Amino acid sequence: MSSATAIAPNYELIQQDGLETSLLEVSMGPHHPSTHGVFRMDVKLDGETVVDLQPVFGYLHRNHEKLAENMSYLGSMPFTDRLDYFNSMTNNWAYALAAEKLVEIEVPERADYLRVIMAELTRLVNHVSLVGFFINDLGALGTPLLYAFREREKILDLFEQASGARMMCNYFRFGGLRNDVPEGWLDRARDVVDHFPVFLDEYEQLLCENEIILSRTQGVGCLSRDLAISAGITGPMLRASGVNYDIRKVDKYSIYDRFQFRVPYTDGNVGDCYDRFMVRMLEMRESIRILKQALDGIGDGPVLGNAPKVFKPKPAEVYGRVEAPKGELGFYLIADGTPKPYRYRVRPPSLINLTVLRDMCLGQKVADAVIILGSIDIVLGEVDR
Amino acid sequence: MSLLGGGIFKGMAVTLRNFVGSYFYKDRLTTNDYSWRPSDKLPQHAGEYPKEEGEQLRDTTTVTNYSRNFPMLLHDGSEPMDTIRCVACQICERECPPQCIYIEKSTEKKENAGGKPQFYPAKFDIDVSVCMSCQICVEVCPFDAIVMNSQFELSTPDRFGGLLLRRDDLLKSNDYYHNIHPEEAAARDKRIAEEKAAKEAKKKAAAEAARKKAEEKAKADAEASEGTPDIQEDAE
Repeated sequence: MSSATAIAPNYELIQQDGLETSLLEVSMGPHHPSTHGVFRMDVKLDGETVVDLQPVFGYLHRNHEKLAENMSYLGSMPFTDRLDYFNSMTNNWAYALAAEKLVEIEVPERADYLRVIMAELTRLVNHVSLVGFFINDLGALGTPLLYAFREREKILDLFEQASGARMMCNYFRFGGLRNDVPEGWLDRARDVVDHFPVFLDEYEQLLCENEIILSRTQGVGCLSRDLAISAGITGPMLRASGVNYDIRKVDKYSIYDRFQFRVPYTDGNVGDCYDRFMVRMLEMRESIRILKQALDGIGDGPVLGNAPKVFKPKPAEVYGRVEAPKGELGFYLIADGTPKPYRYRVRPPSLINLTVLRDMCLGQKVADAVIILGSIDIVLGEVDR
Repeated sequence: MSLLGGGIFKGMAVTLRNFVGSYFYKDRLTTNDYSWRPSDKLPQHAGEYPKEEGEQLRDTTTVTNYSRNFPMLLHDGSEPMDTIRCVACQICERECPPQCIYIEKSTEKKENAGGKPQFYPAKFDIDVSVCMSCQICVEVCPFDAIVMNSQFELSTPDRFGGLLLRRDDLLKSNDYYHNIHPEEAAARDKRIAEEKAAKEAKKKAAAEAARKKAEEKAKADAEASEGTPDIQEDAE
């Protein structure tokens, strides 16, 4: 590994068994089918082994933060949907949480329950499709991913019924939610939640003991506990490296202190792709536990609090964060007394989790670099913003 | 670890079960195609996916009351431009996150449905190739003039002109709105009526107070005038 960092950027001739050989530079992406979104990896290969890797991104930069600084607070809510387009509900929540700190709005109880339900459904959507994509990266084209999408579709239908859109939900507002869920929605949600464990059993049976998956993922892309902590990794990836850290437990934001759930994490000896895969599988079970409690506990009432008609906070500085399915998603806002934020900054979990890609890939085979990237769980909309 | 152990066969059993099951369970046949439907009965709005022939066109279990595609402008009566609710205040134009609305205010006022002289939009264009269906315009509108349409069959060979919806394309009647979003429209109408009633009650109360005040004033004036002759007499 130490020799890898010393290699010059251009081809270098290496004497090996009397033959002159050189490193092979491969540019994987931005349209390589196995990379996620428009992401490029410049890898240097010694045979099949990765000796250097340079992630290149920014192809999907949309000026999100600067746009938000020239727009009313409410106006950037729909743009947060487009950060991590798999989890628009949790993106909305993080932003709403930050903005609610600015003006101190009370969120009604029913809105809090619905927020938890939406966030946990989002977690199911994200993890189930991530596992599908991850297995897709391994080479199992289609089957697991389509099983995952079949279940995802049921949850997206619920989102559509509640918010009017499948993915770009734009459902949260400062002080609650845009509208109440339609009649019968909670029963339909309960139906989906009750049937989800059946699918998870099937999914685990399909994947978790499969010898090919085990041999492709175990011991691949190890991330040590110390590196994970010092690189600021959050979410399932950190927990797979053996740190018990979940913002739902640490901050207890909203009403998460009312629910009984466990946080799955490993003992931190390995932290490989298989651990990251399994932590997500186990987290879905816990999400279902939360969902069942929330669906039982939800009461009647308004869903939108006393939000001011014109959102014009006093000068202040706030940071609101939630446990998004990919990790800690935070919004940092500075208000200067005008209807527009002076500074608007997103702390995207995908980008920060991606910073350790090189450390995990060095010394691995090039085919494994693809699944290591898949196990990080990135969405380029959030990485580039 | 032995390759080709039990785990793989376990997984294969799952796929086999799914494969065979897809021939027997009707809910597993998830693909709907409407090749059997006449072209004039193809769905035009989100939610109009019939599960089977003979079922209602609008499937009430999956239709979304909040489905949204692009905005439309509401008018109350039969004559769109005489009863348009929009007064060209341009709040939606300012608030629109992707800046896809363009409004030109009329120069003179015209009577609206309530019989009140108001400005109206001389031009109201929405570029739906830019619009991101976020519904912020609906939320900021103080006149309930702009709401979301759920019509989605908008494909056109004209990339620029065809996707730029003009005021007259956007104008839709309130009945149409009731048809596509029944619950939401009913709730909105109820709120408008309540607001109107509250406003009228306030107006009535204000008028009552004004009348009382005037009466008192008249009384006081009368008393004063009754008193004046005495004063005049005194003066004499």
